[in-house]
Amino acid sequence: MKENAILEMKAIDKVFPGVLALQGVDFTLCAGEIHALMGENGAGKSTLIKVLTGVYSKDGGQIYLKGYDKPVIIRSPQEAQKMGISTVYQEITLCPNLSVAENMYIGRGEGVRVNWKKINEKADAILKSLDIPAKATQQLSSCSIAVQQMVAIARAVDMDCKVLILDEPTSSLDEQEVAKLFKLMRDLKERGVGIIFVTHFLDQVYEVCDKITVLRDGRLVGEYEIKDLPRVQLVSKMLGKELDDLSDISGEHKKFQAEPNTPPVFEAVGLQSDAGIKPFDFYIQKGEVNGFTGLLGSGRSECVRAIFGADRVLGGTVKKDGNAIKIAKPIDAMRNGIGYLPEDRKVDGIVGELSVRENIILALQVLKGFFKPFSRAEAARFADEYIKLLDIKTASADTPIKSLSGGNQQKVILARWLLTHPEYLILDEPTRGIDVGTKVDIQKLVLKLASEGMSITFISSETDEMLRTCSRMVVMRDRAVVGELTDDDLTQGKIMSTIAGGEKKDE
Amino acid sequence: MSKILKNQIFIPIAALLLLAVFNLIMDPSFFKITLGYNSAGDPVLSGYLMTILDYGSELAILAIGMTLVTAASGGQDISVGAAIAISGSVVLRVLCGRDHHAETMQAPIIVAFLISCVVAMIFGAFNGTLVAFFKIQPMVATLILFTAGRSIAAWINNNELPIVNEVRFSYFGGFIPGIPIPTPFFIAAACVIVIFLVLKFTNLGLYTQTVGINENASRLNGLNPEFIKFLAFVILGLCVAVAALIKVSRLSTINYSVIAKDIEMDAILAVALGGNALSGGKFNMTASILGAYVIQFLTTTLYKFNVPADALPAYKAVVVILLVVFSAPVVRDFISAQWKRLTKKGVTENA
Repeated sequence: MKENAILEMKAIDKVFPGVLALQGVDFTLCAGEIHALMGENGAGKSTLIKVLTGVYSKDGGQIYLKGYDKPVIIRSPQEAQKMGISTVYQEITLCPNLSVAENMYIGRGEGVRVNWKKINEKADAILKSLDIPAKATQQLSSCSIAVQQMVAIARAVDMDCKVLILDEPTSSLDEQEVAKLFKLMRDLKERGVGIIFVTHFLDQVYEVCDKITVLRDGRLVGEYEIKDLPRVQLVSKMLGKELDDLSDISGEHKKFQAEPNTPPVFEAVGLQSDAGIKPFDFYIQKGEVNGFTGLLGSGRSECVRAIFGADRVLGGTVKKDGNAIKIAKPIDAMRNGIGYLPEDRKVDGIVGELSVRENIILALQVLKGFFKPFSRAEAARFADEYIKLLDIKTASADTPIKSLSGGNQQKVILARWLLTHPEYLILDEPTRGIDVGTKVDIQKLVLKLASEGMSITFISSETDEMLRTCSRMVVMRDRAVVGELTDDDLTQGKIMSTIAGGEKKDE
Repeated sequence: MSKILKNQIFIPIAALLLLAVFNLIMDPSFFKITLGYNSAGDPVLSGYLMTILDYGSELAILAIGMTLVTAASGGQDISVGAAIAISGSVVLRVLCGRDHHAETMQAPIIVAFLISCVVAMIFGAFNGTLVAFFKIQPMVATLILFTAGRSIAAWINNNELPIVNEVRFSYFGGFIPGIPIPTPFFIAAACVIVIFLVLKFTNLGLYTQTVGINENASRLNGLNPEFIKFLAFVILGLCVAVAALIKVSRLSTINYSVIAKDIEMDAILAVALGGNALSGGKFNMTASILGAYVIQFLTTTLYKFNVPADALPAYKAVVVILLVVFSAPVVRDFISAQWKRLTKKGVTENA
């Protein structure tokens, strides 16, 4: 092993039926280092992590750990934890209804008799030393998501972990929370913990990381010092091609702006649902891309869900081409030519065990009717067409969707709605948790569809993404629409100030 | 090999082969089929295999409905046996009219059957309503009918035992003159054909699986998950009515507390043995139907070895544990991994 290295993975292979997920991947982690693991969806990041944590067994290669003179064999996540490898996942895997201390010590073999007083004291000490704003006796669910994540990290730290894996820890955090998390990561780094950081946010990589390892298509592209690898280089290495797309796309958007005085295709007046949003007005023109922006929980998703009939509508009207239509449930919206890609792909989008083909045709099939199933050949044709069109990486159209990577799952859901040829497509966080390449693809696709006359509402947590695609933005705060920005007002600063409440509504 | 192992149909077929081989070794006469004549002088085939074909068919019919209920709701209907009692009781009530020892039938059999279908579907709808609209756990919801069903069945006929004396009525659970194969097999075959046509020419399969796997997603794609679940229970009701007709036809009468006793467990086992997840979602109808015949194969085998009826469930349980453990994804993955390792080794040794 290299000097100072605490973990070395050498020539790791992993084969899934029909796919070489990892081919001869090397990875080295040193003590006191934050190491970013980067790559597109399906590049093999998750697989590598899962091999390291014993979720998958490897098909070739060795793993060396500091303190073990022979290559180690990791059979389960429990074994990995015993060897000092802990993982904190994107989704919190703690128990929200237990206290912070209980969560930190649960399942750690403290014996039958538990001295809660002592444990609470111990937990408080650790929380304090890591500067985590939580009390040992507090119920976990009363903490913010960020603090919950920190508790998960504290648990790992207290278990004497040497290698800490953070898998997309920041995707549901706001900026201040991210800052707190980074402070904690730097503290741990000082203590000599090696941190593997998996994220899709480039900014964050450059903010905290020391080194970057890039994977592509299951192979190692290279390991780089952060200062030797400028952003553009990193993106092009991840994608395997020179990339000017990001700069390209921003210049284009003005072209697709709708003519000023065209009547709206869809219009909502005083719409209100049982999801707790205040009544709001909204309209969209033909070929327009607009967006809802606001902090997490400001009611962005709830607004579009109300339009689509996904939540129970309590009041207000929706008009199509000026005529009132009734949308009580999603099928009504679909019949009126509306498509909705939901925010949480796992919970609301994919039908996990069904094949990619079935997932693609689902919405159109429902529209067509119970007694008119597509023939196998028709369904296959649709699926193949969209797999090709959106470049969905799947072994075949028969593969269950749950075995695809996140970005490809998202593309399948996108394909599902494109297949229905909607007049109005609502995309709620279509780019969350997916890689840069796919993000760019989706943004380009949105602009292309709009240029062909489709109206699109695009919601994203990343403001610059929305600035690139939207020609009009509805700003939300505390579950109410507080403003609308167009043209020259569409700047990062203006959006921020409107969200924060510095600007009053025009009226 | 691993592809075969992964195929759902593999489990019931493997179980069937295992049972067949066991019987072949223990006593090959198990497979003997003889042509004889019944009391009416009509040719009938008899033998253990015929028994399996005969009684397995009832189970296969129920397995169709149970598969749909399981897939859509992620739970099982345990009131099937009680519902058969009700439905059978209705058939007899209609056929016998006021006089429960009527010499001639008071109504055509088809009318009696259709009325019992309606009644069984209403009870299915009752279960479906509790599960789909009131969101009650399927087993808890159907526990109500499981408890009350046999009393309702007895009440329909004022707790008397009506007897149908007409020979024609016995055809459904016995033999049609001139055809030596038991009628239930043909009835089951008709049901199987119908369900496969339905699955082919409607979206029942896609919708049921979608609802079972991800209810949220199904709603957001324009489906009505409550209705789909409700529908599954109503279809099971229809299956119950068909099975009930066979059951009462066998005896020409009914014993409220014994008829179709524990049949719900066999029907659920058929679904499980077909490799379908009892937590719902994806299903394979062919595997369930095969599973039903395998369960009956097992029961008949045990009877043949003179296992007393009371001890039957215990023996069955042991075999079922083995089968279900073997069909668990964890175990199958392990086996296919071992197999892969073995074959890999073989390849390198050869090279």
